[in-house]
Amino acid sequence: MNIKFKQETFRGDFTYRNSPENIRRFPFPFHEDKYMYSVNMEPHVPAGPKGFAFESLIDVDEHYISEMHDRALVLKEDPLRCQALPHMMAGQWDVLELIMEQQAAGYPEHFSLTKNGDQWHWINRPMGIDQKFTFGDASTLPYEPMEYITRQAQGDFCIVDQRDNNLWMDAGMVTTQADWSLDFDIGMNFMEWHGPVPLAHQMGVFDRALKFLLNLQQSKPVRRLNWTMTINPRLDTSPENYPKWGPDRMTVTPENIGDKVHLRCELQSLWRLPRSNAILFVIRCYLLKMEELVQVPKWARRFHRVLRDLPPELADYKGLTKFRPMTIDWLSKYDDGAPTSSGIFPE
Amino acid sequence: MSINTDMAVQVAAIIQVAEKVKRFRLVRVDGLPLPVFSGGAHIVVSMLDGDLLRRNPYSLMSSPTDQTAYEISVLQVEKSRGGSAFLHEKLNVGDKLTISQPLNLFPCDVRGRKHIFMAGGIGITPFMAMMDQMTRESSNFELHYAMRDRKHGAYWQELQQRYAAHRVKIYFDVEKLFIPTDAILANQPLGTHLYVCGPSGMIDGVLNKATALGWPKQNLHSERFLAPLPGDIFKAELKRSKKTITVGTHQSILEAVEAAGIDAPYLCRGGACGQCETSVLGCEGIIEHNDIFLEPEDKASGKTIMICVSRVKGQAITLDL
Ligand code: HEM
Ligand code: FES
Repeated sequence: MNIKFKQETFRGDFTYRNSPENIRRFPFPFHEDKYMYSVNMEPHVPAGPKGFAFESLIDVDEHYISEMHDRALVLKEDPLRCQALPHMMAGQWDVLELIMEQQAAGYPEHFSLTKNGDQWHWINRPMGIDQKFTFGDASTLPYEPMEYITRQAQGDFCIVDQRDNNLWMDAGMVTTQADWSLDFDIGMNFMEWHGPVPLAHQMGVFDRALKFLLNLQQSKPVRRLNWTMTINPRLDTSPENYPKWGPDRMTVTPENIGDKVHLRCELQSLWRLPRSNAILFVIRCYLLKMEELVQVPKWARRFHRVLRDLPPELADYKGLTKFRPMTIDWLSKYDDGAPTSSGIFPE
Repeated sequence: MSINTDMAVQVAAIIQVAEKVKRFRLVRVDGLPLPVFSGGAHIVVSMLDGDLLRRNPYSLMSSPTDQTAYEISVLQVEKSRGGSAFLHEKLNVGDKLTISQPLNLFPCDVRGRKHIFMAGGIGITPFMAMMDQMTRESSNFELHYAMRDRKHGAYWQELQQRYAAHRVKIYFDVEKLFIPTDAILANQPLGTHLYVCGPSGMIDGVLNKATALGWPKQNLHSERFLAPLPGDIFKAELKRSKKTITVGTHQSILEAVEAAGIDAPYLCRGGACGQCETSVLGCEGIIEHNDIFLEPEDKASGKTIMICVSRVKGQAITLDL
C-alpha cells in the first residue's frame, strides 16, 4: 500500500482536507444512534473493510507528513509537551520498539527496521530518516527514545507506570490533545487525571476500566473510541493555547458549518509493555469536516441523532454548547429518519 | 471474544537442581524469539496429562532479555494437584507444552532507592529474574533466602557467586539459621522496597511485622501462588451454558469448566488477579474461599467465587457461567 502523503496545515490557513478514500476509513465513533460513557474496550485487532483505520495497529495515513510537521512546530514553542520522569527509561525503549515494529510491519514500503543484537537500523522513507543506533543506549539517538520515535508517529502517547494497584502518568508526548495538559497531569494517577470527567465516575466506568487495565496482557492490546468536536481542523487544542482556539467557537455560522465544524475522533489503544510492565496509551486523533461526514449517509443520520440527544453534561464538558444547536439544524437536512445499521462501518 | 496468544514450546533441557526441584528450559517450536518480559512475571503452563488438561502458573527465572528460552523451576509437592507431579515424573526432553504470554503480578517499583528480597524455598524463582534485571539497571538490592537445608535449597551457591555473599544472604532451617526479619526491617533508609515470596506463613509473618514497624503499604510487595487444595467432589451447574459438570478432588472449578469445553476468563490461576470472579446463583454446601482477591465481606456474602482456587464443601453450586 503506497500512501500519497499530503502537504497541508492545521493552523493559519487550515488547508487540511480528507481525500474521498480517507473519509471512508475514518474511525466513526458511534455504533448506535445514541451515546453515553461506558467501558467501551475491545481487542485491538485488524477489523473493518479493507483499508480501514483498524487495518494496521499503529495507523499511518495521508496526513502523516503534515502532522509530524505540526508536532515539530508545537514542540519548538513548548518543549514541555514531551516529558518523561527518570524511572521511565525502560518504558521509553519499549515504546520505541513497539512503534518501529508496528510501522515497519504495516507499511514496509515506507518504514523498515533491521535488528542485529542491540545494533538496530531504522529507515523512515517519507521523512528521509536513516538511523543506526544501539538499542538501550540513548546517547546513540538525537533525542531520548520516546521523543525520537513519537516525532515520527501520528497521535499522542502516554506511558503510564503501574504501581500500588493504580496507573501513573509518568511520561508522554502530547501535542494533539482535546483540552488537557500533560504538564498538568504528569505524575497523577488514573482517578486523578480523570477527575474532570462528568457522570462516568458515578457510573463506575473508571473503577471497572482501571481493574481491567491492571490486568492488561502483553500482546493483547485493546482499543476504544472517544470523540469531541473542534472548530477548524486544529490538532493542538491544548489548555496552554486556549486563547488561540477558544474564540474560534464564536465564528461558526449556518453558512460555514460544513467547512468549519469537525467531528474529532480519538482512536485510543492500550498496550502492555514487556520490559517496564508499564502501559502505552496511544491517542490517535482523526478530524472530519461536517461536509465530509455527510458523504456517508449512515454517519450523517446517526451523528445528527447522537448530537441531538446527547446528555447536556457531556455537551458542556466537551465544549460543544455554543455551536451544537446550529450544527444539529444543519445535520437535520441529512437525516430522513431512515433506520441505520448497527456498527460503525459505512454501509 | 478471547484471542489466543499462547505459544507452543518444546522442552530443551530438564535439570535436577536440588532435592525435589527441577529446572525446565523451554524453547519455541516455531523458532521465533520469545517475548521479552519484566522481572517477577509468570507464565501459565498448559500440559496434557493423559486426557486431563492441567494449567499451572510458574514464575520465569531466566534473564528477562533472553529471547531464546524461558526457564522455570518446579518443586515436587507432596499433595500436589498433579501439575508438578506431571512435570517431575512424566515430562521428557523434546515433549511439547503450551505456555501463555508472560504476565507480571509481582513487579518491582523501579523508583525504589533500595530493594530487599526475601525468598522462602522455591519462592526464589521470581527474584532470579528481578536480580538479573536490576543488575543491568544498576539498582541497589539484597536477597535474604531461607531454605530447609543445603540439599533442598536451589541455586544458592551460584547466586552467591554471581552477586557476592554480602548481597545474597542464606539461611537453613535445619541449622537453626533464620532470616533476622526484625533487624532487617528496622534499619532501612527511606524509599526502600520489600518483596516477599514463599510459603503463605512466611509472607504473612514478614508483612505483619513490616506493617507494625510502620512500613508504608506501597513499599511492600508479595506474591503467593495458591494451588487449589484438593477437596470433595461436587457438582457445578452452569446456568448460562445449561450444563452440569462434576468437579473432581484434584481439579479446580475452572479446570472442570474448561474440560467441558466452556471458555471462562482467567489470568493468574492462583486466586490473585480477580479475572475469574464468577457470580454464585445458589449453593448446597459451604464455599471454601481459597483466594486472596476478594474482601472478607465479599467472601461472607456467598454471592461470588474465584473459580481458579475456591471450592465447595457440600453437594453443588450454581454459577452464572
Ligand atoms: C491509561 C490510559 C488512559 C489515559 C492516560 C487517559 C487519559 C485521559 C485524559 C487525560 C482525559 C481528559 C480529562 C480532562 O478533562 O482533563 C481523559 C478523558 C476520558 N477518559 Fe481516559 N485515559 C485512559 C484510559 C481510559 C479508559 C480505559 C477509559 C474507559 C472507559 C477512559 C475513559 C475516559 C472518558 C469517558 C473521558 C472523557 C472523554 C470525553 O468525554 O471527551 N479513559 N482520559
Ligand atoms: S484467575 Fe486470577 S483469581 Fe482466578
